[in-house]
Amino acid sequence: MAHLASYAPLYPELVLAIGAMALLMYGVARPETEPEAAKIGWLALLLLIVAGYLVISAGGPASLFGGAFVDDGFARFMKLLTLVGAAGALFLSFDDLRASRTLKFEYPVLLLLATCGMLLMISANDLVSLYLGLELQSLALYVIAAFRRDDVRSSEAGLKYFVLGALSSGMLLYGASLLYGFAGTTSFSGIGKAAAAAGASPSLLLILGLVFLFVGLAFKISAVPFHMWTPDVYQGAPTPVTAFFAAAPKVAAMALLVRVVATAFPAIKPQWQQIVWFLAITSMLLGAFAAIGQTNIKRLMAYSSIANMGYALVGLAAGTGEGIQGVLIYLAIYVVMTLGVFACILSMRRQDAPVEDIDELAGLAQTNLPMAFALGMFMFSMAGIPPLAGFFAKFYAFLPAIKAGLYPLAVIGVIASVIGAYYYLRIVKIMFFDEPKPGFEPVRLKDGAVMTLSLVFVLAFVAPFIAAPVVEAAAAAARSIAP
Amino acid sequence: MNPFGSYLLSVVTFLPLLGAAIIAGLNSEAKGNARWVALWTTLLTFLISLLVWTGFDKANPGFQFVEEYAWLGPIRYKMGVDGISMLFVILTTFLMPLCILASWESVEERVKEYMIAFLVLETLMIGVFCALDLVLFYLFFEGGLIPMFIIIGVWGGKRRVYASFKFFLYTLLGSVLMLLAMMAIYWQAGTTDIPTLIDRVKLPAEMQWWLWLAFFASFAVKMPMWPVHTWLPDAHVEAPTAGSVILAAVLLKMGGYGFLRFSVPMFPLASQELAPLVFALSIVAIIYTSLVALAQEDIKKLIAYSSVAHMGYVTMGIFTMTQQGLDGAIFQMLSHGLVSAALFLCVGVIYDRMHTRDIEAYGGLADRMPIYAFCFMVFTMANVGLPGTSGFIGEFLTLVGAFKVNTWVAFFATSGVILSAAYALWLYRRVVFGRLEKPSLRAIADMGPREVAVMGPLVALTILFGFYPAPILDVTAVSVKKLVANYETAVKAPRQAAVELPRR
Repeated sequence: MAHLASYAPLYPELVLAIGAMALLMYGVARPETEPEAAKIGWLALLLLIVAGYLVISAGGPASLFGGAFVDDGFARFMKLLTLVGAAGALFLSFDDLRASRTLKFEYPVLLLLATCGMLLMISANDLVSLYLGLELQSLALYVIAAFRRDDVRSSEAGLKYFVLGALSSGMLLYGASLLYGFAGTTSFSGIGKAAAAAGASPSLLLILGLVFLFVGLAFKISAVPFHMWTPDVYQGAPTPVTAFFAAAPKVAAMALLVRVVATAFPAIKPQWQQIVWFLAITSMLLGAFAAIGQTNIKRLMAYSSIANMGYALVGLAAGTGEGIQGVLIYLAIYVVMTLGVFACILSMRRQDAPVEDIDELAGLAQTNLPMAFALGMFMFSMAGIPPLAGFFAKFYAFLPAIKAGLYPLAVIGVIASVIGAYYYLRIVKIMFFDEPKPGFEPVRLKDGAVMTLSLVFVLAFVAPFIAAPVVEAAAAAARSIAP
Repeated sequence: MNPFGSYLLSVVTFLPLLGAAIIAGLNSEAKGNARWVALWTTLLTFLISLLVWTGFDKANPGFQFVEEYAWLGPIRYKMGVDGISMLFVILTTFLMPLCILASWESVEERVKEYMIAFLVLETLMIGVFCALDLVLFYLFFEGGLIPMFIIIGVWGGKRRVYASFKFFLYTLLGSVLMLLAMMAIYWQAGTTDIPTLIDRVKLPAEMQWWLWLAFFASFAVKMPMWPVHTWLPDAHVEAPTAGSVILAAVLLKMGGYGFLRFSVPMFPLASQELAPLVFALSIVAIIYTSLVALAQEDIKKLIAYSSVAHMGYVTMGIFTMTQQGLDGAIFQMLSHGLVSAALFLCVGVIYDRMHTRDIEAYGGLADRMPIYAFCFMVFTMANVGLPGTSGFIGEFLTLVGAFKVNTWVAFFATSGVILSAAYALWLYRRVVFGRLEKPSLRAIADMGPREVAVMGPLVALTILFGFYPAPILDVTAVSVKKLVANYETAVKAPRQAAVELPRR
């Protein structure tokens, strides 16, 4: 068993994978009741925490399987963020699934498998392991999008996600094959070396491979123009699943994107910068304008997440280590904000049925001030108003762009954030200024806990003992991938 | 010295926040408790802020009460005041108890949240004037939008939603451009420390232009300058009385303060070359908005437009870059802070009774409200700039400064004095003088003790500073002199280089 120790960097993924399968068998063996499913859910949460601990306590950077799997500071930061997002989403799902009578043991198992896929994606340093992790994640996500079997919108969401996701995965594979054809190897470092050796004018094969690869990845982070699936899938899927979608897979896909451009394509930086530039501008602008007319809060959050990915991409477009640091800080704050907002959305219930219309929030400040305050602060934070955390996210994402001289991008970005501020303000307005509608049911304990923790983070981020460590950790993670 | 030592400014800044936290813990039904806690908090903050004034060394042109802590790496938490900013802190802390008192009976709904919003706003406003780091300044500057948005939107008038959104988005748009400029400064100079940027960093001439324009976008909206002033009449009219007071008295001054702290010292070359633009916009503001004020039928809207006109004098004074102009601009800002606050409070007095702001609904109030008529008269005269009131000193000094630089600018600006007399006196005549004929006004009551307690200090200070402006001018003199001297050096030195650089 001396081999086992050498797989130490892989422990988090192993724990999740083996744990998921063990829970699956346990679930099949036990009676299909809600308490049993809840038990499995808690065990899954425990596994996520164990995986998180293993991620943090790993030793120095390491790489396995001939460089296909790499565990460095960047990977650890992103994995931790993913696990936080997954754990938060799982924690939020118990009560809602129980209320809609879909608390089945398959849900936590699928969530674990998706998370395992995400962790593999983050550590992938090779086209094949990239695809492996991507597909593992995606297939699990397609299924849980359709988890509410009796709800036609949930099935529609799952089907749409599956069809469009399969198409984008196909494109990604095509790009991967072109890159393999160009470099003769599937490893990112190998591709990077081949691209550097190719000289001044990059080969068409390389560029096409880059573009198709980006298409596949842009789909995953729902960047414009590959965002079409996001509003429908977010709206149709059960809300805890949407919370999971909005938090964890985005982090993993962004991590993958960053690693790909930092390791495989540094030689053709002008080319991929253009693509990222375009993705960023279109995502920010569409996310800003399209959300204005929305009446469903989950759909609005879908467009908001598109815009948020646009802002994160601004940091990447700078193409510097500081830019990557900006992306990391943005994602960290984004995950916490998103979990908080979805905790609030899950608390929007009347007669034990979820309410998704934004107009139903009217007068919430008078019926439930703490929840209105929390949601209001999350909205201002997403709009990027200081002293909330969202401001620092935008600050650290835009600063590298200014330093790199991308002034038009930065100006368009801030103008888009002002336009976007309108619909965030609209929610605050509905909650605080409008006449109250009948109140919601009291906030459940789990939702309240996540809401409170997120709120504290968003409000207190400005304090040095919270902001400085996060910024430092992100800087260290960025240095490990782009020295 | 003072019992708080070097922490004085942080105490003054965050004490209202502590008060807000205490109120948050109170029972929602206990309206009285919320009001008293807010009043005591703001009074205490005012008294402690007086320690800043007494401990202030008037001969020192630099920053005093400086405190600095680590925050986000090279971005540090740094607070300090100099002759330019110190009096704005006092203005803020002085006006807040008056605002709380003025809202005592007029706000009955959700009182707890109202007081919390005001106290949070006070913290953010004081922080703006004390911040000595770019990011910290931006934090306080923008953060003030949130409580003001809530105040206008929840406790405001009929079109409050429209007004609050307009206020928020207009100001936000200007400010995010300023944020980008701050990032560019951070990149170019490697620091966000304001004293260092003022004294030791020379930014390239061409970059100064863009940075000046970006900062101008933000401060012009905040001041507000013509033509980006259109948010102000709506915001002022729809806000509750105390909200209008704080908006006019303090929030507008942040724009002027911004020009004094950033545009002139950090971008002197651009300031010199773009001063004619500022003069032109100031004159248009003075004359045009005065004419618009003449046409108003809503009292609050008239006073709002008169605020824009008075801010025109401030911007004109600042960009004369002379000792008189700058001293006058700061004095005008402080005086306007007192006078416009008082005018809005006057409107609030009669609005509380009649629930209308239409000039048509009033007339002959002097018959039944002599004390009110007296107070209103003092502030009307100060608004006009009558010698003997604080309004005269500021206007006069800015006009002297303008005359030194450009006589045409001074000529047009002085004509604004005539126009301000026109609208102010005409308003006063229509509301207070004449015969009390309307049946609805037959039973109107004069100001009660609480309202007199609010007006009294304002009347006293307006007249005091009109005859004895030395306390204010002594504080600002040395820092302004340093600002002017630095500006002169910066402008003379690279004059050659500035001409040679291509301009786009």
